[in-house]
Amino acid sequence: MRWYLKVLPPFFLLLAWEVAAILINNSFILPTPASVAAVLLSPTADILGSGSIIDNALLSVWRVLLGFGLAVLCAVPIGIIIGRYRTVEELVNPIIQLLRPIPPLAWIPLALAWFKIGLLSIVFIIFIGSFFPILINSIDGVRRVNRTWIETAAIYGAKGWKLLAYVILPAAAPAIWTGLRVGFGIAWMCVVAAEMLPGTTSGIGYLIMYSYNWGQVQVIIAGMIVIGIIGIAVDILFREVEKRKFQWQEMNR
Amino acid sequence: MTVVLRNVSKTFTARQNEPLTALQDISAEVSNGEFLCILGPSGCGKTTLLRMIGGLDHPTSGEIEVEGTPVTGPDPRLAMIFQEYSLYPWRTVRANVGFGLQMRGMPHEEREEIVTRFIGLVGLEGFGDSYPYELSGGMRQRVAVARALATDPAVLLMDEPFGALDAQTRNRMQKELLLIWEKTKKTVIFVTHSVDEAVYLADRIMVLSPRPGRIAGIYDVDIPRPRDRTSIEFAGLRRDVLELIDRLEDGQ
Ligand SMILES: Nc1ncnc2c1ncn2[C@@H]1O[C@H](COP(=O)(O)OP(=O)(O)OP(=O)(O)O)[C@@H](O)[C@H]1O
Ligand SMILES: [Mg+2]
Repeated sequence: MRWYLKVLPPFFLLLAWEVAAILINNSFILPTPASVAAVLLSPTADILGSGSIIDNALLSVWRVLLGFGLAVLCAVPIGIIIGRYRTVEELVNPIIQLLRPIPPLAWIPLALAWFKIGLLSIVFIIFIGSFFPILINSIDGVRRVNRTWIETAAIYGAKGWKLLAYVILPAAAPAIWTGLRVGFGIAWMCVVAAEMLPGTTSGIGYLIMYSYNWGQVQVIIAGMIVIGIIGIAVDILFREVEKRKFQWQEMNR
Repeated sequence: MTVVLRNVSKTFTARQNEPLTALQDISAEVSNGEFLCILGPSGCGKTTLLRMIGGLDHPTSGEIEVEGTPVTGPDPRLAMIFQEYSLYPWRTVRANVGFGLQMRGMPHEEREEIVTRFIGLVGLEGFGDSYPYELSGGMRQRVAVARALATDPAVLLMDEPFGALDAQTRNRMQKELLLIWEKTKKTVIFVTHSVDEAVYLADRIMVLSPRPGRIAGIYDVDIPRPRDRTSIEFAGLRRDVLELIDRLEDGQ
């Protein structure tokens, strides 16, 4: 599609917003695009004594990295073991099926009971949120490794860690990567939600909640835009790597 | 004798189904440097037999020996080329050809020279850094052949390696395989269900009956190579084998 066609819809959205803002004429309900842009254009300015948008966003990213990183470290190895050994799968599958449908946010009360308000409970919620997509995709990726690839390796004497490192991991890598991408998306949603909990005093989720208390709707919208941009940026990053590294997957057959 | 099969039988006992006898009482000897073709209808146990020789599966009864010692599992003296597409798509041609050597712990520098040699042997010079998805079906099977030969096995097991190729490519691959075989002096056990392919390639043809696979006939192929598919001897042997296969199928 031509580039000018692609910019049309956002342009109309902005226009509609501007018109609506003028008609409503109440910045506590819908501020003008210009006032939101003003917030976005000075991302390092302190907001209501709670730090800048950038500082708070970076803090949220850091929390996500902690929870997500922990989830990766746990879910990928566990997923590989489950995917590799049928009996292990049959043993733990009921537990996974039981825990998986529980929304990460439903864990918040338990997280508070265990870890109190603070970094630990936020990281825990993120961990729970990203753990299952990574786990499920890793299990699936390992289980679907072409049998001929494994037997070829067996013919050449590959066993144990060599089989794992040179055949199973590379073959399952695209599925695991998809799990990471989905898991990160959920982790990002979780951090914003967790930061809105009462008692939290920092992070982009906190910032927009706090701005609500002060009627700063332009900051709320600016914060939401930042949340969206970071989410998209990371997703694009994941997809780029996927395109470059796992090109063989689509071309295969 | 390089490969000895003694009364080899295989019965699969899947959990729910009743036991299925895939192979019954197969005995044969394959001598050093021989090109043996195993011919038989789909489902008669050709792949099963080859997998057992390769140590990927075990006979229910009977013995398999290679160079005088029994096969107990995957074995460096054997290499197998599969019916399905078996290259690692995330590895370049070079890395695929070097795979067997790498798994056996040969250092990178040492591998390189061997890899180059075998890529040359199968006529893929210049494609070393390509990925399998950039190659045609025939080229992919050449990579699989090079990968197998690079580990210098005594016996090359090939399971319908050209089955998925078009007729023209298939004929060319057969011709090239014979050249490689003559150069490397490997013992080859080649499974196919094409009578034409067997008569073109083999020193000896073993025909299996429909399931349970038993040896239904053995043919020595004395036609000198390169063989002419249009010659009278070629047509005569092909007719004999086809007749046997027809009789076997009618008998069912
Ligand atoms: N792991 C297994 N478990 C149960 N049955 C099996 C197994 N492997 C093969 N069989 C059965 O054994 C029989 C022989 O199979 P095999 O794959 O050896 O045949 P084939 O001669 O190679 O056939 P094709 O020409 O189609 O490749 C078939 O009936 C198949 O269903
Ligand atoms: Mg087969």
